Amino acid sequence: MTKKEKNPSFEFSLDRLESLVNQMESGEATLEQSLEWFEEGMGLINSCQNQLKEAEQKVQSLIKNNDGSFILKDSE
Amino acid sequence: MSELRSQYTVSELNTQIRHLLENSLSDIWVTGEISNFHHHPSSGHMYFTLKDGRGEMRCVMFRGANQFLKFMPNEGMEVRVYGSVTIYEQRGQVQFKVSKMEPAGLGDLFKAFEALKLSLASEGLFDSEHKKTIPKFPSTIGVVTSSSGAALRDILNVLERRAPHVNVIVRSAKVQGNGSALDISKAIIEFNEFKNVDIIIVGRGGGSIEDLWAFNEEMVARSYFESTIPIVSAVGHETDFTIADFVADFRAPTPSAAAEIACIPSEIIHSQFSNLEQNLIRNLLGKIEQIWVRIDYLENRINLQQPHKKIQRQIEKLKQYHQRILNGISLSFSHLNGKVIAGEKQLINLGPKQVMDRGYSIAYNQLGEIIRNSSDIKIDETFTLKTGHGSLDAQKISNHSTP
Repeated sequence: MTKKEKNPSFEFSLDRLESLVNQMESGEATLEQSLEWFEEGMGLINSCQNQLKEAEQKVQSLIKNNDGSFILKDSE
Repeated sequence: MSELRSQYTVSELNTQIRHLLENSLSDIWVTGEISNFHHHPSSGHMYFTLKDGRGEMRCVMFRGANQFLKFMPNEGMEVRVYGSVTIYEQRGQVQFKVSKMEPAGLGDLFKAFEALKLSLASEGLFDSEHKKTIPKFPSTIGVVTSSSGAALRDILNVLERRAPHVNVIVRSAKVQGNGSALDISKAIIEFNEFKNVDIIIVGRGGGSIEDLWAFNEEMVARSYFESTIPIVSAVGHETDFTIADFVADFRAPTPSAAAEIACIPSEIIHSQFSNLEQNLIRNLLGKIEQIWVRIDYLENRINLQQPHKKIQRQIEKLKQYHQRILNGISLSFSHLNGKVIAGEKQLINLGPKQVMDRGYSIAYNQLGEIIRNSSDIKIDETFTLKTGHGSLDAQKISNHSTP
């Protein structure tokens, strides 16, 4: 429905990235593990940066109908 | 309405007066001090006089209107009343029919404000533990404000510039005057029913205490409290504080500031991700570097052991052993050889030739067998005699009797 469903949220991505970086920094990991984490991290970063780049702000009006349903009207 | 004449009966005059008044002095606000206040217990109607030191006006507020009052008018109170001038025709009495009443004296307004504030505070509506955290990364922001005010324009400008990745939904509402408290509460409730906003900004520009009064109303305060969506309040000027501000989850000094609080600028989000990208890359390179360092270290240790020299030494040792083995073999061989030669000599010494050289002969019979006993040969039998140098044929003549 919204971009939120297709991409991980910024909140989630940032949290996950922090923990990936921490894990990598702890130095215990194998090279294979580090590569896996690196790939996952870059994936998250790219999807979030794309969300920011492709941003097209929508301004709409909320209108409640008599039957209780809502419609969103695009503004000028 | 009939045109003015010069001849009237009394009742016609009163009717004419009523028409004139209702066409000109209707739906107006009047300010004054209450005196002679009566609240009829049976009818519920309120009768009082409004005065301002130089004039008076009789007022009536019927039950239908006064049942909605949020405060009890009393003697001496300064109020603003809304309604129309009319005339009670039967008595020819001009009076003001009140449909709405508000405390007007600053003192009274503040009293009402303080009373409500105390009561809501004691209920816990202002407590910080009820305040919801403003989400850091909203994807949609809801705005409640007047569609014609500057507040909306300011908010939208900030949001567009600062966070173009965030969507905006505006539910326009009346922010002052009649019905504003109700409309604002409804707007909050509607956003909560609609659900798909992460933050609500409620904003309006500056104004007098009366202009902002909707935000001191209990129903607005309660709608903020009941809201499950966090609310940022930006009402009036920086120094204006309304009751709703205390209930809100965050209060901003201006509508623009509220918009700034509601979202993190996209550049900052972008650079946070860039930094993390740097960290990731740096960590991976660091990891690889670590592994190279270990490899180098181990290589050094191996080289310190000088394995090629060790191998060389092993090879030398092997060569030595080989040589020793060879030497050993040839020693043994000469040793053996010596023994063989000695043995040969012994053998030769023990051989018949040496013996025969000393003078012994070997006798063979005709069969070639060696004769050891003289009786082995018969008389006249021929036999062979082998000496150290040459052989001869012989014949036995007789037995020799020498022992």
